[in-house]
Amino acid sequence: MRIDGKGLIDRSVTVPFAFDGQRYHGFAGDTLASALLANGVRMVGRSFKYHRPRGLLTAGSEEPNALVTVGQGGNATPNLRATTQEIYEGLTAVSQNRWPSLNLDVMAVNDLFSPFLSAGFYYKTFMWPRSFWERVYEPIIRRSAGLGALSGEPDTARYEQAYAFCDLLVIGAGPAGLMAALTAARAGADVILADEDSRMGGRLLAETEPLDGEPAHIWVARVLDELATMDNVRLMPRTTVTGVYDGGTYGALERVTTHLANPAPDAPLEAFWRITAKQTVLATGAIERPVAFPMNDRPGVMMAGAVRSYLNRWGVAAGQKVAVFGNNNDAHRTAHDLHEAGVEVVALIDSRADAAVSGDFPLFTGAQVINTRGRKSLGEVHVQTASGVEVIEADCLAMSGGWNPTLHLSCHLGGRPVWNVSIHAFVPDPKNCAGLHVAGAAGGVFSTKGALKSGVFRAREALKALGMKAPSIPLPVAGDAEYAITPLWQVQGRKRAWLDFANDVTVKDVELAATENLASSEHMKRFTTQGMAPDQGKNSNVGALAVLADATGRSIAATGTTTFRPPFVPVPIAATGSAGAGKGFAPERFMTSHDRSLEMGAPMIEAGLWYRPSYFPRKGEKNWRQACDHEVGMVRNAVGVCDVSTLGKIDVQGPDAAAFLDFIYTNRMSSLKVGRVRYGLMLREDGMVMDDGTCARLGARHFLVTTTTAAAAQVMRHMEFVLQGLRPDWDVRIASVTEQWAQFAVAGPKSRELLNGLFDAPIDNDSFPFMACGDVRIKGVSARLFRISYSGEHAYEIAVPARFGAALFDLLLERAQALGGGAYGLEALNVLRIEKGFLTHAEIHGRATAFDLGMERMISPAKDCIGKVMAERPGLKGPLREQLVGLKPAGAAKLITAGAHLFMQGAEAVSDNDQGFVTSPCYSPTLGHPIALAMLQNGRARHGEVIDIVDHLRGVRTACVVCEPVFFDADGGRCRG
Amino acid sequence: MVELMEKSAFGGLLPVEVGTCRIFAALPEPMHLVSPYKGQGKPLSDAMKKAHGMAFPAAGRATGKEGARLVWFGLEQAMLIGPAPDARLSEFAAVVDQSDGWAVLRLQGPQAEDVLARLVPVDMRAGHFKRGQTVRTQLQHLHVSITRVGSEVFQIMAMRSMAKTLVDELQGAMRLVAAR
Amino acid sequence: MRIKCPLCGERDLREFYYQGADVALMRPAPDAGPAAWDDYLYTRDNPAGETRDLWQHEYGCGAWLLVQRNTVTHEILNVTLAKKRGRS
Repeated sequence: MRIDGKGLIDRSVTVPFAFDGQRYHGFAGDTLASALLANGVRMVGRSFKYHRPRGLLTAGSEEPNALVTVGQGGNATPNLRATTQEIYEGLTAVSQNRWPSLNLDVMAVNDLFSPFLSAGFYYKTFMWPRSFWERVYEPIIRRSAGLGALSGEPDTARYEQAYAFCDLLVIGAGPAGLMAALTAARAGADVILADEDSRMGGRLLAETEPLDGEPAHIWVARVLDELATMDNVRLMPRTTVTGVYDGGTYGALERVTTHLANPAPDAPLEAFWRITAKQTVLATGAIERPVAFPMNDRPGVMMAGAVRSYLNRWGVAAGQKVAVFGNNNDAHRTAHDLHEAGVEVVALIDSRADAAVSGDFPLFTGAQVINTRGRKSLGEVHVQTASGVEVIEADCLAMSGGWNPTLHLSCHLGGRPVWNVSIHAFVPDPKNCAGLHVAGAAGGVFSTKGALKSGVFRAREALKALGMKAPSIPLPVAGDAEYAITPLWQVQGRKRAWLDFANDVTVKDVELAATENLASSEHMKRFTTQGMAPDQGKNSNVGALAVLADATGRSIAATGTTTFRPPFVPVPIAATGSAGAGKGFAPERFMTSHDRSLEMGAPMIEAGLWYRPSYFPRKGEKNWRQACDHEVGMVRNAVGVCDVSTLGKIDVQGPDAAAFLDFIYTNRMSSLKVGRVRYGLMLREDGMVMDDGTCARLGARHFLVTTTTAAAAQVMRHMEFVLQGLRPDWDVRIASVTEQWAQFAVAGPKSRELLNGLFDAPIDNDSFPFMACGDVRIKGVSARLFRISYSGEHAYEIAVPARFGAALFDLLLERAQALGGGAYGLEALNVLRIEKGFLTHAEIHGRATAFDLGMERMISPAKDCIGKVMAERPGLKGPLREQLVGLKPAGAAKLITAGAHLFMQGAEAVSDNDQGFVTSPCYSPTLGHPIALAMLQNGRARHGEVIDIVDHLRGVRTACVVCEPVFFDADGGRCRG
Repeated sequence: MVELMEKSAFGGLLPVEVGTCRIFAALPEPMHLVSPYKGQGKPLSDAMKKAHGMAFPAAGRATGKEGARLVWFGLEQAMLIGPAPDARLSEFAAVVDQSDGWAVLRLQGPQAEDVLARLVPVDMRAGHFKRGQTVRTQLQHLHVSITRVGSEVFQIMAMRSMAKTLVDELQGAMRLVAAR
Repeated sequence: MRIKCPLCGERDLREFYYQGADVALMRPAPDAGPAAWDDYLYTRDNPAGETRDLWQHEYGCGAWLLVQRNTVTHEILNVTLAKKRGRS
């Protein structure tokens, strides 16, 4: 029901919206909660376990009951709190956890069985048989429990991530936060003021208390106007700071367009901010706590402060006959504000016998609410007074068990709160809050005057830490009412008294936890699920701890809280992970030949971040194998061209370059002549092979190292570590030139013929023998030529500055095709190297030593190198090691699969008998049958032996002959030709 | 004789304009990574001043001006952009041609800082990142070099093969900023 | 978490690569014996308190850093360039 003349809503703008299919109207400035309440909607959800009718409890982000789903299909967002969801024209919200409707919920039958459904019910009931856990119990439990559901469709909404930096972050824009921000802003500090509400002001917008003799919201507007004009201030409304991380890093969720009917198409729904602040003022206020009296969960039972918020901020009376029940003076305000607004106050009930109550309505002191009645919303309140039980007709009961400072963020870095005996609540421990200055109600200062003063004081502390001077700043005249409280945690009674409304945890459940000796707060939480709902116990935590303390005979301080962790409010993964959505997941690296390869119809395969052509389909070819076989044949018989730009290339220069390379390679590079290339092996310090590649000497002090595509970044990092960490005395400079050069393999008997058709000056076997390198000119462009071979053929790699890469690829292809060749892709490249027994990271798999790979002799005995000492360890050599071998089918050619394991012929295929595995299989078109490289125990001594390969995944078991890992041109004559 | 045609790192991806911001390819210029050898910082800087009119920059700084810039590029490294390096530099430093290794673009506009705030974990606001300052950092997953070359202009360099991702990321952030 | 790189200033954790204990800088001589090499590669303290480890500012200036920090308070006490540590 709206109250004329009350509230900060704009009654000139009517906003239509729908809830559970029913159309309603609200006003600009309404939340879904305030608009529903104004429309007389009492029931907004069903509870988690018992499916009991639930109404609004609060007016803030701590709301446990009013969880709704907004939007439809892929854009539906479940579990939004109606108390923070602003209404807009066309908003469609639906309630959750009910079927078929909110009014008639079949699962409400659970409530009848509540005596059996106490805490631990599931743990105790669904124990046996074990085979039912996943097949029977879990599906049933999952279906019956739960909140809103995801649509299962892709989310089409946009989200955003952003970074922000400031001297001072002020969290919360109530009286303390506003004064802190103003103080720091006037001092010239770089300030961010973040507040989770759509409108800044905090409790100042929800109370009738004047500031400087004016309504408080006018003072708020004036302060905000001043802040908004300052360049050094950033105001962030609708922004909840959700987490505190090391080094002054804060996570914050901004609702960017969740309040708009027609947001710009590219605008994000929400943004996740990472804010880095040198200092922070925590002014997050306080959250009012319920009282656990019997049947305190009926729609209409609300927090007293929330009832004031709805009245003063939104002009809504939460009921027509309102009773107020509290244990502190603050609760009295609710009765007085309602009364002054013309709402009937049917009772002000204060549990304290000595409470000073006044008002022109029924007053009860030393009294308690012991029961409520009402089917789907509150109808009666039963009050125990000294003289007996009074039954009072009421449709709303505003309760207050006192206030808890909102201190969660002060604990995210491991801090524990301390118990404050004067306000009977936990407050942040200043010792644990480096750089975090707690102001106002968050620190237990509950009066308006105190909060304003504390905001200034904490800002001054922060400014001092920043080395800045604080200006003198006058405080507005404000109320300083005493907050007097006598704890009342629970009211005894036969019926259930709720602590955690969201998860249906009652006083009895917590007592049961204590009975079962789950006496620590963390055990109680997990046993009862108290505090594990979306509100994370913001409403119920201290109350539950008090009950636990009582049941275990300890003080609340000794019982302690559970651990507060980020996030403070639920954060959609879509928001935190927005930068990783779609192509943001990983960069794409394209070679200069990419467009041309796509034109040729080549399917791309991802190699790390790179995209490489898998094969080049030709007319009439039906599958990749046909294309691959063709490309292999082309290289073996004519000439093929392949883009190998993805290999890592590292430029190494300096007086100590040769010594450095001798240290990181197992073999000597210092003896390499200028204009020559050498194959090299790098070890990790533990003796395992890290990578292989080539090293070319371009000048006396100038080398070019190539790495595999996979290990390029690792090798670069390793080299930087060796130079900076191990041998900073060496004068060597390294630089990655991978991106500078487009490099193409030209391989096959006709490779030289192809190149000589392009070079400005032709080459021959004398000027450019196998393993030579040097500069050449191709069509006037300076290029680097390396006579190296990864195919076993007479081959070259030619590198040009990347801007010429696309043109050179075209030119090489044109020439190759004229010679009966063409492009080859990664599949053919792989077959060509397997036929020759060349390695990739399938063989250099991190557990392979140089000995295992048959390259022990590449470790020079005459010098130290990384990994040399440990490669000599016992156990890294000898017949027990898995060694590189070749495999060929024994008898009829059969499939050999990657990852298949090796067993003695006829041995049972169990891990005890495992002797190795297949690393690289392929069909060899050159030999006409499948071949493979494999690691086999003592393999080098077993050439000729028949073994079984077994692949359980693909159902393969076949016999193979162990052989040399070089299948073709064993003496290497072809590459020298 | 048929010439080999040059192709820029960005192909036809640039320029892009969204809202108040624009990204466009920088003019292709020679780029060389210069790393002084041990104890050669001073003579290198002197040679650099003599040949190209600018000193070797301190960490986080760029010296020179449009057409001839020396941009700090990491530990003991600076990128000479514009002039072809004087032959004498090689006496004091490793000089490595990187003219084709980096894709270079400019981001310009009154909201350029807001665009970068969506991509870069470093404070790029004018008060904290002034003209003549440069950083090596991340732009989402890309390892980049960013230099403020004007009050509303940033030079952004990323590895050439990732030019498309660079444009995609910037364009996405420009859209988000423009939609606010 | 933020680390103050001596060259780049304070930067977000995401720019850094974590290596492990600073022991990696103290490579034994080739003839130091199995125990010394075993310690170098495998034996690590797991202190509750101050520790020194190596990070690389991989997505920044590329410098390897020696970081002194407290594993309990998460405080970062000192950051220096690994190369400055020197070696005779």
